[in-house]
Amino acid sequence: MADTRLGHTKERFIVGIYDHEDKVVNAVKKLKNDGVKIYEVYSPHPIHHIDTYIGHPRTRIPIAAFLFGALGTLSAITLIIYTMGIDWPMIIGGKNFVAIPTMVPVTFELTVLISALGMVATFLVSNNMGPGKKEFMFDRRTTDDKYALVVDLDANTLGEEQIRDLMVKYGAETDPLPRIVER
Amino acid sequence: MAAEHTVTIDVNEKYTLTATMQRKIWLWLAVGLILFIAGAFWFVTGFGSEAAHGAGHAAAHGGGGGEHFNPMARVWANLWLNSVFFVGIAVAGVFFLATQYAAKAGWSAIIKRVPEAFGGFLPVGGVIMLVVYFLGHHDLFHWTHTGLYEKGGPEFDAIINGKAPFFYWPLSPEGGFPFFWLLRLVLYFALWFLVYTVIRKASLAEDQLQNRLDFRYYDKQVVWSIVFIVIFAVTSSTSAWDWLLSIDTHWFSTMFGWYVFASWFVSALATITLAVVYLKEQGYLKAVNENHLHDLGKFMFAFSIFWTYVWFCQFLLIYYANIPEETFYFKERLHGLGGVYSPVMIILALINFAFPFLFLMPRDSKRHPIFLKITAFAILVGHYLDFYLMVMPGTAKQYGGFGLMEIGAIILFASLFVWLFYRTLSKAPLIAKNHPMLEESLHHSI
Repeated sequence: MADTRLGHTKERFIVGIYDHEDKVVNAVKKLKNDGVKIYEVYSPHPIHHIDTYIGHPRTRIPIAAFLFGALGTLSAITLIIYTMGIDWPMIIGGKNFVAIPTMVPVTFELTVLISALGMVATFLVSNNMGPGKKEFMFDRRTTDDKYALVVDLDANTLGEEQIRDLMVKYGAETDPLPRIVER
Repeated sequence: MAAEHTVTIDVNEKYTLTATMQRKIWLWLAVGLILFIAGAFWFVTGFGSEAAHGAGHAAAHGGGGGEHFNPMARVWANLWLNSVFFVGIAVAGVFFLATQYAAKAGWSAIIKRVPEAFGGFLPVGGVIMLVVYFLGHHDLFHWTHTGLYEKGGPEFDAIINGKAPFFYWPLSPEGGFPFFWLLRLVLYFALWFLVYTVIRKASLAEDQLQNRLDFRYYDKQVVWSIVFIVIFAVTSSTSAWDWLLSIDTHWFSTMFGWYVFASWFVSALATITLAVVYLKEQGYLKAVNENHLHDLGKFMFAFSIFWTYVWFCQFLLIYYANIPEETFYFKERLHGLGGVYSPVMIILALINFAFPFLFLMPRDSKRHPIFLKITAFAILVGHYLDFYLMVMPGTAKQYGGFGLMEIGAIILFASLFVWLFYRTLSKAPLIAKNHPMLEESLHHSI
């Protein structure tokens, strides 16, 4: 079933469409209970705690934020010490060449800037997004008023028929039935 | 997750101030009073030997003002410092409540009775401040000395004379009875307490409603909260000038009101957090979950940074500009006056900024009571020291320090505050059961 094109293995997903937030949340919980591993839920709006119901691990982006912030602090201090203290020392207001209070505003700004930009970059890379990249969409209607529950077939032991039946049992639309999408 | 918990609340739950608790608070009050009096007695009677030591310092560092020093100044300064600090916490607690209503915030509905109870300290704090002013104004405020305003006199001070209308306008001759200054002091407390009482009465009346769709009292609280914010926007700055900035009469900082407000507000947030966590530990406020604690933690985190921003901006501007009449304020605190106050400056940056910033940064530490307790306590200590640095160098000069008297004064005022807080809290149910956003607050989830 897995054919290779351009060196990529095609993944097969089964996509169930739901028309209410409560239905999809309920389906997520029930499917988890039945031992189905859920790939992702797509929704027109954020749903509180949906990631914990799916079983996604917590985001590690705060760690990236801290590391990029520390990088910003260090680069600001290096920049100030090099430019003001080593490369072109000048007496300003009778202060030392390397005076700590004068370093605070620039250090603060660079810490915030590098941390914010770094977080955006981390987010884009980890989500396989970016300028010019076309994101794969399981169902266009999730940008309007529908909720899509996506199950990775290869990651599950249950067959596609069983998963489809379970999805329908927990309120998925039957016209059309949950369908297979390849990526 | 929290959103799924079945929330069982008792809407008529009341805090009961038990006899044991009351005895405990009275005991602390007595301990504080005894320590304070003992410390004050020790300092004032032992001043002769200290003064010789201090004079040596003054000569060595060229610090003036040592020759006329009255040892009682440190006693009055302690009382003044603590009353300003705790009055600030009380009024900033009411301010917090007002911001929640003005923003029509829902999350805070179940904890709103906690900051609401802070207002109970206001009238007592006002009376204490008036009394302390009349007892120790010559030692607290340099501007109360008549000689400063006598043109051609040996003590004449042109700068202070220029500021005289701010203290004495319009009735009194300069150096006499500071009518305008005292009028403002009374007016602050009158305005704060009056508007607080209106909000509180509406809040209590809301509890008696039969129809939960009746928003009369909620709307009233919103309107009066906005009135309070408008009043506090002006009075927080002017009261800071009156009570703290005028201690160092020569110095002026346009950022001072803002800076004191930041300190008051973050202390109030820490106190609210401590109160909520302790009430929860005692079995009250069962509906408060980690999401509410998270919000309180975020508030403390954010306003610690805000305080640092204002504190540092004030310092940096003066440091860079290098104008002598401005820099002496920081010189006194950093290395003047025998270096008594220099460690406090360093402690401030560490305990008020670095510690809450790094400690409250992870999500988990905002959601667990033990972390919040540690940080809130550290913030309170740090901001007490912040006010200490505003009051002490100008009053106690190089004879300041941290001894029995200071510890006693803190215990005395803290237990008085806690006692009045509990008393006000026990007068109303802990949950404002007809608050229109109670349901939202119960299911608060972030």
